[in-house]
Amino acid sequence: MLAHLPILQVIVPLMAAPLCWFLNRSKLVWLLALLVSAFTCLNSIFLLQQVMSSGTIIYQLGGWDAPWGIEYRIDELNALLLLIISSVGTVVLFAAHTSIQKELPEDRHTLFYSLYLLSITGMFGIVSTGDVFNVFVFLEISSLSAYALIALGKDRRALWAAYQYLIMGTIGATFILIGIGMLYQMTGTLNMDDLANRLAEVNQTRTVFAAFAFLIVGVCLKLALFPLHLWLPNAYAYAPSIVTAFLAATATKVAVYLLIRFSFTVFGIEFSFTTLPLQNLFLVLGLVGIFAASTAAIYKTNVKHIFAYSSIAQVGYMIIGYAIHTSTGLMATLLHLFNHALMKSALFLALGAVMYRIGSVQLSQFQGLGRQMPLTMAAVVVGGLSLIGVPLTVGFVSKWYLLVAAVEVGMWPVAVLVLLGSLLAVVYIWRIVEIAYFKPPLPGREAVREAPWTFLAPIWALVLANIYFGIDTRLSVQVAQAASQSLFGINP
Amino acid sequence: MLLGLYNYWIVVLLMMIGFYIVIAHGNLIKKLVGLTIFQTSVFIFYISMGNVDSGSAPILAEGVARYSNPLPHVLILTAIVVGIATTALGLALVVRIKESYGSIEEDEIQIQDQLTEDKTSC
Repeated sequence: MLAHLPILQVIVPLMAAPLCWFLNRSKLVWLLALLVSAFTCLNSIFLLQQVMSSGTIIYQLGGWDAPWGIEYRIDELNALLLLIISSVGTVVLFAAHTSIQKELPEDRHTLFYSLYLLSITGMFGIVSTGDVFNVFVFLEISSLSAYALIALGKDRRALWAAYQYLIMGTIGATFILIGIGMLYQMTGTLNMDDLANRLAEVNQTRTVFAAFAFLIVGVCLKLALFPLHLWLPNAYAYAPSIVTAFLAATATKVAVYLLIRFSFTVFGIEFSFTTLPLQNLFLVLGLVGIFAASTAAIYKTNVKHIFAYSSIAQVGYMIIGYAIHTSTGLMATLLHLFNHALMKSALFLALGAVMYRIGSVQLSQFQGLGRQMPLTMAAVVVGGLSLIGVPLTVGFVSKWYLLVAAVEVGMWPVAVLVLLGSLLAVVYIWRIVEIAYFKPPLPGREAVREAPWTFLAPIWALVLANIYFGIDTRLSVQVAQAASQSLFGINP
Repeated sequence: MLLGLYNYWIVVLLMMIGFYIVIAHGNLIKKLVGLTIFQTSVFIFYISMGNVDSGSAPILAEGVARYSNPLPHVLILTAIVVGIATTALGLALVVRIKESYGSIEEDEIQIQDQLTEDKTSC
């Protein structure tokens, strides 16, 4: 049983997804989904513990040996990602039952949970598998269900956003498929570990360059790197609140994982950063992304749009850490993966609570909410402080490591620009705070009550995690450090 | 040399045609058609590369020593299924877009969205 934990992480939610559809009772299905995701959460904690104490776990599907069979390979990086996805997935799901009652028609409830579980299955699959074609299949499972989840949004613009995401996402996934095909053509293997060994012989050929380019562009479409981010704002803004909270915390993170996995493990640091000038390109795109997206966020009037643009900016920070390509830089990226998941899920859940009470997330509707929904708005403030990177929140920890990494390699201008970018976050967070706390409640609107506890509990669990991991950084830093060191081949 | 690799030329050609349709056309159905052509070109790419020079079909038979590689074909079966799912979902979305916007032209939808945007923000 213990030996099968890596596969259970993927199989259990996969099997539960159709079961949801058969049960067909909203509350029952919610409990089932919650139970399943709680199981995956415990499972991932267990896997992380096992990896940290006894090294990489290798699981061979059906007992077939590695280059022929598909293997699941869980190292520190995979275990960290599994933990992020499963814990955020569970906490967010806790509020789902309350939230979707207002946002979805009754007959869609069970389908919502099925899609949610399928999407989470896909993400687990991507991060646990050690086979590149398997990555593509799971990527499509998670993406297709994500398109459908976004299309569930009440606003008709959700349909249009889902369609645009479908077109862009499919182009990205097809690019990844082309890249995988070319790699197979050159090496005759699909196993990541095996690929890494065999690519060394052929890595100066044009086919491998082309494969690398296709893979990187495809993955960057998925992770919404600056010029390829166009699908993201509307998809996040018009999807049901729960879906936004879940996807914002996980979908782009999984793509960042793929970027790291492909460039560090499969192609190798040597190839990715010395043969090709990837670091300069990504450094520039990351910085431009931070400034362009943060500036766009300042001018938006829909609060979900504001935080969606801020997500694009935060991806910029992750990319900068990656582009620095030192052990510290990568560690900053991994920490930011973890921290950003905590911040954004808390913020978007809080917006979900606002949506539940007043049915809109337009900035002008936030007037007076500071006094009427004190706990929810306090969560927005703490989440916002964390986005800015104020000490004692998680945002500070990852930005600190990012600055250290930039200074270590003498990139002073980058460090300064990262700090300036954070100042832009102050502006858009302040706009929300100002309207919520310093404007009188809208005239003619009934007094708004505080959100129900099913919202407050998960929101504050995430907010407290934001503070806890901002003060006690042992767990997150230790894991991120171990993961980045193992990617650089440094033995601790 | 160039002619010998003609199926790869077809792949590139189809890929560019499909990609161009996706970008250039404003009609949502046409975009999906383009996307399908784009994906199909990748299927042909995989199938072409499974071919081994003078290899026969990968079915065990007497007197055959060289077989083509069946693995890319198997992979692409999966990709075809994924492609069908994508197209089906895309078409389902187009049906619902048509129901709620009354149009499947990109620019008309964007004009309507702009109008709603202006209404909610003031």
